[in-house]
Amino acid sequence: MSKPLEQTTWQEVELGGLLREPGSARAYRTGDWRSQHPVWTKSRCIRCGVCWTVCPEPAIIEEPGGYFDMDPNYCKGCGICAKECVTGCISMVPEEE
Amino acid sequence: MEKFGYAQSQKYDTYASRLMPREEFFTSGHRSCQGCGEALAVRWVCKAIGKDAIIAHATGCMEIVSSGLPQTAWMHPWIHVAFENTAAVASGIDAALKILARKGKLAGAPPKVVAMGGDGGTSDIGLQALSGAMERGHNFTYICWDNEAYMNTGIQRSSSTPFGAMTTTSPPGKESIGQSTWKKDMVAIAVAHNIPYVATACPSYPFDLYFKVKKAIEMPGPAYIHVLSVCPTGWRSATDLSVRLGRLAVETAVFPLYEVEHGRYHLTVEAPRLRPVKDYLKPQGRFRHLREPELDFIQRMIRARYELLLEKCRQPYGEFATVPFTPEPEQEVA
Repeated sequence: MSKPLEQTTWQEVELGGLLREPGSARAYRTGDWRSQHPVWTKSRCIRCGVCWTVCPEPAIIEEPGGYFDMDPNYCKGCGICAKECVTGCISMVPEEE
Repeated sequence: MEKFGYAQSQKYDTYASRLMPREEFFTSGHRSCQGCGEALAVRWVCKAIGKDAIIAHATGCMEIVSSGLPQTAWMHPWIHVAFENTAAVASGIDAALKILARKGKLAGAPPKVVAMGGDGGTSDIGLQALSGAMERGHNFTYICWDNEAYMNTGIQRSSSTPFGAMTTTSPPGKESIGQSTWKKDMVAIAVAHNIPYVATACPSYPFDLYFKVKKAIEMPGPAYIHVLSVCPTGWRSATDLSVRLGRLAVETAVFPLYEVEHGRYHLTVEAPRLRPVKDYLKPQGRFRHLREPELDFIQRMIRARYELLLEKCRQPYGEFATVPFTPEPEQEVA
């Protein structure tokens, strides 16, 4: 969708509910749902990628150095990555205003 | 499938997150709850089925959260169908692809046909269409997201809800202990159709899930995969426990992971020592009201069912006799 979700009216939706653009939900930022976010302690990270594996969004992206970080646009703050981290290098930090 | 060495030499293979494909076919921005185990399962299944696939999806949680109308989180050609006819639509797609190939309008290999549905859309409402499609032998894969209730409409019980679970239509109280019946064994129903491949999977074991889906996709004929997906909202559990609860379900043998290939049972993830089922029930608020007698009953029942499954895995022959069908050679008329 070229227009934002709020400005789209029902007249613009194609007959039969056809959607021609795959993956257009990327325009919807689920990141503002979260109340906490993961923080990686890089000194303890072994870059195994388990956090990337278990993220349901997926909101964990790989940085150029091979370390992982969250995508602030989509992370909902569920905390699975912190729970599943092998070395315990991820901690959940409350969101600040 | 042989190049992955799955199910033959699992012991010596290396599974690493970094070796898995990076391309996402179920994109960010879907509206699932925090810590949704089902979204994680969909993500890995979509990675496994690859680029060339057509998906028919029943109404349910995953349809609601992924396709809010002007947007969609799917990268595949995707059709939303009603509860009761998912497998019927999938068999229609399969038949259409066959016709296109016969008329020469389809270049290259035909795309894979995948049908997906929740546990309500599979074991309650869509069972007749699924049974028909499996019986007719269409080349498609059916994947059931089992979160053990109708979560999308507000946690009503389904036939897949386990014994003792609290839902809004099976509330515990003086007269009731929650869900009063045992969970319907949908896998056994699928096996009884004598289809080539049936498996159970759980997104807590993503590699197991990934290779099972790959195997099912490449198997000619119908395949059925039952995926246990943890639902923090409906199970009343903490959001960060989603993956751990799935693992506990396997380690306590509440949901053993196995596959049935041409009637032969094979346990894919074997717990060396079973954990007490209490470990699995305790973090979930929907089992909070259970007392010792019910817990003891659940423990004994699950142990008995697991023993039965192990017995099936030890059988040297399959569930069904399979004899290759070879028509008799035609007699030459002298």
